Amino acid sequence: MSLILTPNIADPDDFYAELIGAQRDLSEEESMRVNARLVLLLANHVGDRAVLSEAIRLARSPAG
Amino acid sequence: MSQYVYPRFNYVCSPEQKSGTTRRHPIVVIGAGPIGLTAALDLAARGQPVVVLDDNDTVSVGSRAVCYAKRPLEIWDRLGCAAPMVEKGVSWNIGKVFFRDQLSYQFDLLPEPGHKWPAMINLQQYYLEEILVAACRNNPLIDLRWKHRLLSLHQSDECAQLAVETPDGIFTMEAQWVIACDGANSDTRRMVGAEFKGQFFHDRFLIADVRMKADFPTERWFWFDPPFHPGQSVLLHRQADNIWRIDFQLGWDADPDEEKKPERVIPRIKAMLGEGTAFELEWVSIYQFACRRIDNFRHGRVLFAGDAAHQVSPFGARGANTGVQDIDNLAWKLALVLRGEAPVALIDSYHDERAYAADDNILNSTRATDFITPKTRVSRHFRDAALDLAQHHGFARPLVNSGRLSTPTPYVTSPLNTPDTASFTGSMTPGTNAADAPVGVGGKLGWFLDCLGPGFTVVTFGAVDRASVVVDGIEARIIVVGRDIEDSKGLLAHRYGASAGTTYLFRPDQYVTARWTRFDEAAIAQAIRRACGRAVAKRQELAA
Repeated sequence: MSLILTPNIADPDDFYAELIGAQRDLSEEESMRVNARLVLLLANHVGDRAVLSEAIRLARSPAG
Repeated sequence: MSQYVYPRFNYVCSPEQKSGTTRRHPIVVIGAGPIGLTAALDLAARGQPVVVLDDNDTVSVGSRAVCYAKRPLEIWDRLGCAAPMVEKGVSWNIGKVFFRDQLSYQFDLLPEPGHKWPAMINLQQYYLEEILVAACRNNPLIDLRWKHRLLSLHQSDECAQLAVETPDGIFTMEAQWVIACDGANSDTRRMVGAEFKGQFFHDRFLIADVRMKADFPTERWFWFDPPFHPGQSVLLHRQADNIWRIDFQLGWDADPDEEKKPERVIPRIKAMLGEGTAFELEWVSIYQFACRRIDNFRHGRVLFAGDAAHQVSPFGARGANTGVQDIDNLAWKLALVLRGEAPVALIDSYHDERAYAADDNILNSTRATDFITPKTRVSRHFRDAALDLAQHHGFARPLVNSGRLSTPTPYVTSPLNTPDTASFTGSMTPGTNAADAPVGVGGKLGWFLDCLGPGFTVVTFGAVDRASVVVDGIEARIIVVGRDIEDSKGLLAHRYGASAGTTYLFRPDQYVTARWTRFDEAAIAQAIRRACGRAVAKRQELAA
C-alpha cells in the first residue's frame, strides 16, 4: 500500500474544525504535546513503515 | 565507605626484566579489565601462551559495567567462568517505567525458556574481575603481570616492541601480536596514532552504589522527569550483596566535584527512596560519555578490543558486553594464524565484523540516549507524548526507550559467510551466533552450545557415518543429531528451521557460517576455507 494522496475524508470541513477545535484554550506548549500524541496515535494506526516514511518525507517537502 | 575489600595482586619482577634479555611473546594483552582477562582466557583455551600487562594491582573500583547479557555469559561458560558469575549475580525480570509521579507501565521480561543462561545478570564489575583473575591464575599459559605500564610501542614487520615500566625500572619486550584492552582512554591507541571519532554528549551522570538495609524489590526502575529529580532521568537496579546501583542524569551544567560529595548525594537518594528507607553509600562517581569508535580495529600487529576500540552510552549495557564479543571473534582467528593454519588476512575480518557490530551498538545506544535526553523542545514533546500514551495504551510502550538490552549483532555482511543457496525457515542465517537448546547427550540432559567444540563443527540432521572432515589440516568435528545428540523436545530443529538433511557449519566462536539442505562434503570444505579467510573458487563466486 502507498500513502493515499487523494481526498479520503468524508467530511473535510467537519474534520478540520475538530482538529483545530482540539487545540482551543491550549498554550503553544500544550498544543505541541497534543499534536505529538496525535502523530503517534495515527502513525501506529497506519503501521506500514514505507507509508510512514513517505508521509514524513512529504511533510518536510510537500512538493515531493 | 565501602564494605567490599579490594584485593591486592602481587607485583613480581619478571625473569626477562631481571636478566635483561628481550623475549618475544606470541601475544601481549594490555589491560587486565574484563576484556583483557577474557582475551587471555580465550587465547589460552586455544593453546596460546599470553602475557597480560596492567598498570594497577587490583580490580575495578565501584560497580561500573554492572549488567552482563546472555551471549557474554555463554562465552564465559566456554571459558569455565559463567557459573560463579551467575551464582553471585542477581537476575531481574520485572521492570517499571515511571513518568513524573506516575507509574507509566511495567513489563516482565519473561526470558525464552530452553536456554542454559539467563537473559542477563547484574553483578558489580569487581566481582566479575575477581572471578576472571582467579581463572587466569589457574591457567599455566597465562602470565598476569601487575604494576606493568606500557610506555611506548614501535612496530616492525616482524613484531611490536614494547617499553614497559615496573617498580624495578623500564625494560623492553617484543610481541608478535598486541591486544589493546586498555579502555576508553587507551594509551595504546594514542601510541599507534589511531583516530577515535564520534559524537560527544553534553550530559553528565552521577552513579552511586547504595547498600539497602531493608528489603527492596528486585526490579529495574527507570524514571523520566521524576518529582525528586525534575527534568532528568534516574535508573535504579539491584546487584549482589544488597547493593543497588543508581544512575542520576545531571545535565551538562552540573559541577562534577560538587555533585560527588556525600552531602549532595545522600539527600538526592533520600528524596528518591523516601525518608523511611535506610541505606549506606558505598561508592560514588561521575561520568560523561561519548559514542565513538576507532578507525580500524587492527593497526599492524596491534588489535583493539572493548572500550579501547569503541565507546557507547551506558543505556542497554553495551560496553563490556560487546567488548567480550570482540574477544570471542578475535581469539580463534589469532590462534589459527599463529598456528599457521590460516592466512594473516583472516585477522582483517576481525575489523570487518566487529566494527560492523560496534556501529550497530553505537546506533542503538545513540537512539536510547536521544529518547532519554531529548535535544530539542519538539523532541521532548514527542518523548513525553510517547510516555503519556504508554501509561494507558500498549501500542506506545515499544516506543519508550530506556535502553535496549544488548543482543549480539549478526555479521550479515561478513566476507567469511557462505551465502545461502536454498531457502530456510528460522533466523539462523550465516553470521548469526548459535542459538542454544536443551539436548540429550549420552542419555543425560545437556546443552547444544556445550556440544560445539573448540574448532569448526558441522551439525547435521542427516544420516552421516563420519566423525569429522579435514580441510587444509583443519579438522571439523561432525555432530549428527540422533547419533551424537538427541533433540527429544524438537527445540533444536525448531530453532534451526531444520528438516531431514539440514546441515550447519559453525565457526570456533559458535557462529553459523554456512548451511545447506543436505550434507555435502565439498561444500563444507569450501565454506571452511572461506571462513578461514582463504580465497574460494571463483566459479562458485560467479554462480552465486
